[in-house]
Amino acid sequence: MSQLSLKGWLRSGSPWIWLNAAAVAMSLIAVIGLLGIIAVYGLGYFWPGQVASFEYKENGHTTQVIGEIHEREEVAISRLIEAGYALTDDGGNANRFLIRKGNRQQGADFGWVIEPYMSAVTYPENAAVVERYEWGNAYGFISGIKREGKAVPSTDLQEDLKPLLEKAEHLKAKIDAIEKDSLHSINYQLERLRLQERKWLLSKALTAERQEALASERSDLNAQMSGFDQTLSELRGRQGLDVLVLKLSSGQEIDVPLSVVVRVYYPNQLGVLGKFGFYFTKVWEFLSEDPREANTEGGIFPAIFGTVMMVILMSIFVTPFGVIAAVYLREYSKQGPLTRVIRIAVNNLAGVPSIVYGVFGLGFFVYFLGGSIDSLFFPESYPSPVFGTPGILWASLTLAILTVPVVIVATEEGLSRVPISVREGSLALGATKAETLWNVILPMSSPAMMTGLILAVARAAGEVAPLMLVGVVKLAPTLPLDGDLPFLHLDRKFMHLGFHIYDVGFQSPNVEAARPLVFATAFLLVLVIVILNLASITIRNNLREKYRSIGS
Amino acid sequence: MDKPILPQVSPALAEKRRKRRLIRDKVVSWGVGTGGVSVIAVICLIFFYLMYVAMPLFSGASIEKVASYQSDVLSQGKTAHIAINEHGTLGARFTQLGQLQFFQLQDGKVLQQEFVAEGHALTSYSVSDAFKNTMAYGADDGSVVIMQPKFKVTFGQNDERIITPELVKPYGESVMVHEGLPVSVFNTRDGEEQMTIASVVHDQLYLTTLTKEVSFLDDSIELEASSETIALSHADIRQVLIGPEQRLLYLLDGEGSLLVYDISDPSDVPKPQVVLIGDGHQVERLQFLTGSLSLIVTNEKNQLSQWFIVRGEEGEHLTKIRTLEAGGGDITAVAPEARRKALVVADAKGYVSLVHTTAETVVLREQIADQSIQYLNISPRATVLFTQAETGTFYLHHIDNEHPEVSWKALWGKVWYESYSEPEYVWQSSSADNDFEPKLSLTPLSFGTLKAAFYAMLVAVPLAIFGAMYTAYFMAPKMRSVVKPTIEIMEALPTVVLGFLAGLWLAPLIEQYMPAIFSLLIVLPLSVLVFGYFWQRLPDSMQDIVPEGWHGLLLVPVILFVGYLAFALSHSIEGLFFAGDMRAWLTNDMGIDFDQRNALIIGIAMGFAVIPTIFSIAEDAIFSVPRHLTNGSLALGATTWHTMVNVVLPTASPGIFSGVMMGFGRAVGETMIVLMATGNTPIMDFNIFEGMRTLAANIAVEMPEAEVASTHFRVLFLAALVLFLFTFVLNTVAEVIRQRLRNKYGKM
Repeated sequence: MSQLSLKGWLRSGSPWIWLNAAAVAMSLIAVIGLLGIIAVYGLGYFWPGQVASFEYKENGHTTQVIGEIHEREEVAISRLIEAGYALTDDGGNANRFLIRKGNRQQGADFGWVIEPYMSAVTYPENAAVVERYEWGNAYGFISGIKREGKAVPSTDLQEDLKPLLEKAEHLKAKIDAIEKDSLHSINYQLERLRLQERKWLLSKALTAERQEALASERSDLNAQMSGFDQTLSELRGRQGLDVLVLKLSSGQEIDVPLSVVVRVYYPNQLGVLGKFGFYFTKVWEFLSEDPREANTEGGIFPAIFGTVMMVILMSIFVTPFGVIAAVYLREYSKQGPLTRVIRIAVNNLAGVPSIVYGVFGLGFFVYFLGGSIDSLFFPESYPSPVFGTPGILWASLTLAILTVPVVIVATEEGLSRVPISVREGSLALGATKAETLWNVILPMSSPAMMTGLILAVARAAGEVAPLMLVGVVKLAPTLPLDGDLPFLHLDRKFMHLGFHIYDVGFQSPNVEAARPLVFATAFLLVLVIVILNLASITIRNNLREKYRSIGS
Repeated sequence: MDKPILPQVSPALAEKRRKRRLIRDKVVSWGVGTGGVSVIAVICLIFFYLMYVAMPLFSGASIEKVASYQSDVLSQGKTAHIAINEHGTLGARFTQLGQLQFFQLQDGKVLQQEFVAEGHALTSYSVSDAFKNTMAYGADDGSVVIMQPKFKVTFGQNDERIITPELVKPYGESVMVHEGLPVSVFNTRDGEEQMTIASVVHDQLYLTTLTKEVSFLDDSIELEASSETIALSHADIRQVLIGPEQRLLYLLDGEGSLLVYDISDPSDVPKPQVVLIGDGHQVERLQFLTGSLSLIVTNEKNQLSQWFIVRGEEGEHLTKIRTLEAGGGDITAVAPEARRKALVVADAKGYVSLVHTTAETVVLREQIADQSIQYLNISPRATVLFTQAETGTFYLHHIDNEHPEVSWKALWGKVWYESYSEPEYVWQSSSADNDFEPKLSLTPLSFGTLKAAFYAMLVAVPLAIFGAMYTAYFMAPKMRSVVKPTIEIMEALPTVVLGFLAGLWLAPLIEQYMPAIFSLLIVLPLSVLVFGYFWQRLPDSMQDIVPEGWHGLLLVPVILFVGYLAFALSHSIEGLFFAGDMRAWLTNDMGIDFDQRNALIIGIAMGFAVIPTIFSIAEDAIFSVPRHLTNGSLALGATTWHTMVNVVLPTASPGIFSGVMMGFGRAVGETMIVLMATGNTPIMDFNIFEGMRTLAANIAVEMPEAEVASTHFRVLFLAALVLFLFTFVLNTVAEVIRQRLRNKYGKM
């Protein structure tokens, strides 16, 4: 390109090309920036932050503050003065920090502090973070261990605490196992017995023998239950014995029973390796544990499980129907205006707002189909609905309808790429149409179906709006798959990663504390979806290469 | 080859096999056919099911005769009021002379009857609260008897319903209003804390207030009476009504003027407001609509009109809101419904009309008797209509009128709702109490939808089309093969993640750095141009480092740097031009309302979601413009840009247009981003700094709580149907355009 004068340059139209290039650059920055933000915030969630300690002078009071620095922002001093801080305006800016002070039973979890009021920040070696099952984190210094109210003499508190914590954890695991599995299972069976009795009663088939059998089963279960209750109360009695004493920033000492402690760690002591170790423990906890504290702490295992479960069910519905419809459109129906209209309609359904599918699912599946099923097959559980209420079956069916156009379009594309010579070859050898389809065409286009299915799964995993109407809940007490007959409970409500993001991010009482967790969840969801999409793109590209060689 | 590869089979076996294969072929083709057609049928089902649920909104009403009979017992005396129980099975008939008959509506069988005010010489009566069925009689000694018929429901052994009627007198045998003067025109109104009786004798108004005090000992209620006398300026008072909260008192005189008194302090009643409500005619009837906020006026010319108090700049004023058409004929009876803003109107020719005030519609008009109707009432659930005709014939009708509140005007037009100062577009679907007037205007929601889509398109269209132009035409193929999938993968990003980022990360960020965002609008393109100019002024040897087609990449650091600069300087700009706080400056100096989650956020977040849709289609369209066209143009000496504008764009424009339409369709239906990144308030304001509520978000918010088969539920289905049709049509048009384009390229 030769050098031009400004006027010539303007006239050549190059400025417009630069602007076009800028549009691409901005789009790229937006995509990569967005993914980057989610990744940084999401992955940063698990990294142990340093525990800072400083003095804070406000209105003549000096308070000691211990906590994690969460955020930093620069604010004009004039604004701070407006907000009521006593400062002198020099026209400059001051740092403002968001500190996570923890100890929620003593006040707000988070608080803003401004730098001019702060003394120099130190990071004390033995500052401890106590993660608890209730009231969130506590920050402070371990000052003692008590057993049954009496102080335990100790030279190395941190070391002595470890076995006790392990013991407490063990005990808690036992209690959880009884509460969540055994007791829940017994309750479930009792409920089944009640329904069975009502069913017989309704169909006038409740004979004396049956009644007796029910009663004996019931008494068996009740006996088991009281046995578990006894074990439980004994375990619970042992649970509250060990207590650690935590000295808070205010100097006050609080007793933290070890039964409510998730873990104790000393972030300022951790080296890089230790931090990585801690990081992966947290990541594992996030992926494998149940949520705590109204979903703002702990893991998201039920949400992952629910999402996967729903997607699998959806795939079971969507694949055969999508493929059959595509085969029909491409191989069996007459290629005329009607097929063209149908094809356009199918294509456009992919553009219909997902909430519309949700409304349809709620009205048709839940109220109409579910209601009919209930009145036909489950009269005994009236008035509480079984299938006449949102649940995982209806959610996956709704999403199957939502994603069926994706599968149809992808499969059709695959079918259209199978060279005509191959089909003709098969037919010429005497194979019937069905045999050609089954042995030649479908195997050749199977990667295309795979692509379609992957795209459908990716779409379904990210969809939230319709699910809000047909079966997702913020907290499901039980998974849709468990050890109670019939193992797979299609009528249950479930948790979902996308809805988890919406719910925790927008409906939770402690948004500030929940935000990092939401970022982590968002990162996981985006990661899964991007990987799925990349996989489908790769498969599709391979497929194209393959046919290019066959076709030529 | 001598030996065949496959073993020989006998002809019989071969025939059998062939048959089996043919049968299998048939079965498969039949199966695929059914499967394919059924999938397509399911897709059609969506449309038809949505329509099936939404249609009853417009299906009107029907009336069906259940029974009619003559009854001498029920014809004794003149009917004052007939109360009907919740289920429409029993009636309580009060005559003007104080007789009460509980009877079965079905056959007129009287269950029990009594004189309700034994020992009083009755001179007048008043239906004090038609919705709670409170009845009052006045006697010649100046006392008033107040009563309520109750229908107690108990359940028998086999869960069957047993209804026991009884008469309750909550204020004892009688209340003295004006000793010695016979009661003639009066009304009562009951409330939580007190009860008011207003009685007019000649030109004196007697106000009696009974204050309820709950005794500490046994929860029994003690009444404390106080009374005031007020001299009236008008004589010939025909009717008295007391408004809700016992604040307003309406007195109607013989010439059709209404005196509105404020009686919130009975000891100091200001001068009344006088309103001519008869339109120059005498007023026949004055009634409350349910909720008692609106007055329904029937004048002697048989015109029905609705009036309520409107708060204007000059204070409160009783205003005529609308005239209701009830069809011709002399109106003989009007009964308001208990739970909806609706009326049943009867006339002298035996016609009955069901009228809804908010919707301004006559839902049904039908002749049910061949003689004049004297009295009628409708059950609380508005399913049973009981009518008394002139000659002592009684009719029982079943009414099916599920959704009278929906009309074209109620859904899309400006409606003057109760206690609003002017007609407005309002969406407010539900509330806790029965007196609530549902406001079901889809206009603010559609407006919000279009507003959100508009701002999203404002961001997305230039970026996507410019980006597509560059990617398809100017970009190096190698870079294109990376850039295109990268941008397209954005389409797969879950919108819940975008919404979350927009609501919790972007919205606070933009609020804090608003000057940066607006200065970037100007500075960014300028800096790109300046960079471009200086780039081409560089010596050729340096320009060659970055080959043609990779310039987009060069701009990434430029944009990042300018962006960083804008954000870093944001506070200084704010201090310089907006007195340190742009938000406060907007609200105080410019008078623009500001929400943190506003249309700007939606524009950016949803624009981001829409970019890949438009980009992908537009890029395809531009890329597939045949090369010989562009080569021809270039060969004739046009620059690349002129070729782009004059040759490529005109050829590809239908494709670009279809991409924009598809993007628009996506923006219209997007739910999660709008749900999370706006305040979801249904306002009608195009202000970029305020939020909106879209049809889709509204469905997501309200659907889980909507009662099945209620009007609200069906209107939400209608909203879904509107969305479905809108996007379907949009996408079909776009798709057809795209196919045409493909054919055109095929020919070139």
